[in-house]
Amino acid sequence: MIADGVEDEEKWLAAGIAGLQQNAFYMHRALDSNNLRDALKYSAQMLSELRTSRLSPHKYYELYMRAFDELRKLEVFFKEETRRGCSIVDLYELVQHAGNILPRLYLLCTVGSVYIKSKEAPAKDVLKDLVEMCRGIQHPVRGLFLRSYLAQVSRDKLPDIGSEYEGDADTVVDAVEFVLQNFTEMNKLWVRMQHQGAAREKEKREKERSELRDLVGKNLHVLSQIEGIDLDMYKDTVLPRVLEQVVNCKDEIAQYYLMDCIIQVFPDEYHLQTLDVLLGAFPQLQPTVDIKTVLSRLMERLSNYAASSADVLPEFLQVEAFAKLNNAIGKVIEAQPDMPILGVIILYSSLLTFTLHVHPDRLDYADQVLGACVKKLSGKGKLEGNKTTKQIVALLSAPLDKYDIVTALKLSNYPRVLEYLDTETNKVMATVIIQSIMKNKTRISTADRVEALFELIKGLIKDLDGAVLDEVDEDDFKEEQNSVARLIQLLHNDDPEEMFKIICTVRKHILGGGPKRLPFTVPSLVFSSLKLVRQLQGQEENPFGEEESTTPKKIFQLLNQTVETLSNIPAPELALQLYLQCAEAANDCDLEPVAYEFFTQAYILYEEEISDSRAQVTAIHLIIGTLQRMHVFGVENRDTLTHKATGYSAKLLKKPDQCRAVYACSHLFWVDDQDNVKDGERVLLCLKRALRIANAAQQTSNAARGNTGSVTLFVEILNKYLYFFEKGNPHINVAAIQSLVELVTTEMHSETSALDPAANAFFASTLRYIEFQKQKGGAVGEKYEPIKA
Amino acid sequence: MVLVLALGDLHIPHRAADLPPKFKSMLVPGKIQHIICTGNLCIKEVQDYLKTLCPDLHITRGEYDEETRYPETKMLTIGQFKLGLCHGHQVIPWGDLDSLAMLQRQLDVDILVTGHTHQFTAYKHEGGVVINPGSATGAYSSITYDVNPSFVLMDIDGLRVVVYVYELIDGEVKVDKIDFKKTATTTHSAH
Repeated sequence: MIADGVEDEEKWLAAGIAGLQQNAFYMHRALDSNNLRDALKYSAQMLSELRTSRLSPHKYYELYMRAFDELRKLEVFFKEETRRGCSIVDLYELVQHAGNILPRLYLLCTVGSVYIKSKEAPAKDVLKDLVEMCRGIQHPVRGLFLRSYLAQVSRDKLPDIGSEYEGDADTVVDAVEFVLQNFTEMNKLWVRMQHQGAAREKEKREKERSELRDLVGKNLHVLSQIEGIDLDMYKDTVLPRVLEQVVNCKDEIAQYYLMDCIIQVFPDEYHLQTLDVLLGAFPQLQPTVDIKTVLSRLMERLSNYAASSADVLPEFLQVEAFAKLNNAIGKVIEAQPDMPILGVIILYSSLLTFTLHVHPDRLDYADQVLGACVKKLSGKGKLEGNKTTKQIVALLSAPLDKYDIVTALKLSNYPRVLEYLDTETNKVMATVIIQSIMKNKTRISTADRVEALFELIKGLIKDLDGAVLDEVDEDDFKEEQNSVARLIQLLHNDDPEEMFKIICTVRKHILGGGPKRLPFTVPSLVFSSLKLVRQLQGQEENPFGEEESTTPKKIFQLLNQTVETLSNIPAPELALQLYLQCAEAANDCDLEPVAYEFFTQAYILYEEEISDSRAQVTAIHLIIGTLQRMHVFGVENRDTLTHKATGYSAKLLKKPDQCRAVYACSHLFWVDDQDNVKDGERVLLCLKRALRIANAAQQTSNAARGNTGSVTLFVEILNKYLYFFEKGNPHINVAAIQSLVELVTTEMHSETSALDPAANAFFASTLRYIEFQKQKGGAVGEKYEPIKA
Repeated sequence: MVLVLALGDLHIPHRAADLPPKFKSMLVPGKIQHIICTGNLCIKEVQDYLKTLCPDLHITRGEYDEETRYPETKMLTIGQFKLGLCHGHQVIPWGDLDSLAMLQRQLDVDILVTGHTHQFTAYKHEGGVVINPGSATGAYSSITYDVNPSFVLMDIDGLRVVVYVYELIDGEVKVDKIDFKKTATTTHSAH
């Protein structure tokens, strides 16, 4: 059915065009032979095609445009006629004899154009006559196009200031009056369309109305171009008249379009100065009009205006723009209690952006806006819906773009808005906040601010009610937690007391994070604390200091309890590493019992929790490496720990790992800068033990694979012999080294050993080293001299 | 001229939030041919960032690295030079040059790059060069006090390598350079 309708329309349009073109042809002939009578006759016939009711506005427009083009030629002809002596007044009379009113009026407007140009009568008189005559057409589509024609031909003939048509009798007031009247009549016609036709065709009608809206809006555009309209005239005449029509027409489509048109077409300074009147119109509009969008666009324009230059800002203050807008929004929301929450948020978002641009120094204004939001949100429970949450995130992100987080924290209503977000959105906001801090490198330097900040980002710190952790994507989760860890590094104050408070505050929050979060956040806190310990180390311990002041000891107590939480997760390798770090720090503070306790904890973890072979090897390296550097231990403690460490080394699973760990332990008995730790005998014992293990490794390999494996381990041990030999260990003599060299040489040539070019190269470079040392001369050279490669 | 960036011990996010901005602006993609990293990045985001600077990225495992599958040591040949890479927590005593020289002999490399101490060093001995690029973020270290952020850029040209060290001291980037020349490669027999 619809297809048929379209097809019919095409047919009618084609017929109309054909008729129009045919009459145009005859009209041209008449024009060419200066036959005024015939020209009028055929032009009237041509224009009769525009009398049709069958075409939709879209198609009518096509017909209209062709007629328009033809009428231009007719206008030229009329002009020439007047030059040839025909009176324009007579012509004006003559065209009114056309049979039908629509052609009559088109011709009249055309002649009118020439009339005004001739200046035989004041422009205002002709214009007034024409705009009134057009009342003869009350059919919406035909009337709109007719009046549009009138607007088009009169455009350049308005008695504006500085125009040639301005005179004593003709002023800009008359121009304005004309346009306003045309506008009013056009709007009435446009609105009338809404009520025509069957109810079921409403959608089609509204679509057609939409196609015609620019014809009506054009008048406002023309008004905005009239130079003679200053602020006063706009305030006193133009705006009130336009608004009157907008309000009184009581039509939703017209009101929405025209309010928006006014805002877009007239200058922003005018809007500022007429804010009362403009905002006063909104509550008078139909309740179904999408006011929030129009209001938002108004605030957006004003925001951009404010951003364009600092000079305009005083104007905003002078007209009290913020207060007026705030009130207007409040009234609109009150008047529409059923407005969906998304609408409310959009309004307040626009107002907040406005506030941030126009009154960046007025935190209280921004807080007010957020407070109004909170009020509206209260009682609604958590927000749902994609668009709504996106809008809230935009609302909350705006202050972060303008201010740094420290200033934003002063907005008391900011966290209150966050309360209404669901868990997912809370996390999104938390991430936005952290990113803002990292981008601006904001320093957060007091415990209070840290507390406030962690309240804001609690969506990332712990599981909020109803959160289901399993649903979170693992990579996303890691990224979130890593960003929290990075954030912790940015919380700092040079004053140790305040820094300790900060650490305690952070600790309080992250310990509530649960086993999945602790491995990410605890290390960050631990190192932050160790940095503080080091800072305090540098300061003299004040004997007159207060009991409550921060000391390394206090921090270590806190650290002990903190790292403990990791052992329970379980994350034993991480916990072990952190215990050893703390032990080293305690060593630097000369706190022997504290250091010993940390070592004990580490060893317990090693014995009870770390069973993976690779993890054990790494742990052993760290234990030996750390212990080697300890100077705070007395003989007994040191012996105990060393004995354990060597024990662990010998019990590693793979023999090569055992061997290497054991010879590493040799360094536990010989520390360069500690004279009391130079036990040459124990060093040698270690190295010999390593040799035995290397031998055993050979035998195992022989049994399992049929060859004795690589000689690498022996070369490594040889190097260690050389190391201690050079350091002056009296128990390592040339003979021992020599026999090792021979051992390696023999093994390398043996048939049972595996071919290992790397080991060969290693041995070769070791021998080169020996040579090099010999050539050094002096004490070193003497030492090495007896060794034969 | 081959540019090799050597860096490590960033310890992001546990001990540092990010690379210093002055370093970040210097490290631009497309200028470097190889990156060798001693380890302790610690998270994948850092690896991804380094990959954007240069696709030829080599990393050895530090004890805090999130990725446990990085190798303990790595060897690569660039031009006439053999390079060895290792985090260094495995070489005891930590930072001891003689023990590191032993590792160098074991890996049979001209240039050994290790980290762990967060202290820049460049040590030349008869067997080659041992380089520690320090910590690129100036991260806390139990071994070194007052760590300045640093990294190393090696310019390898034939038998010569120029080692540039970039250190951030009091907010300013200071550059120093050290020249090394190796004798022509000779083959060594084991006998």
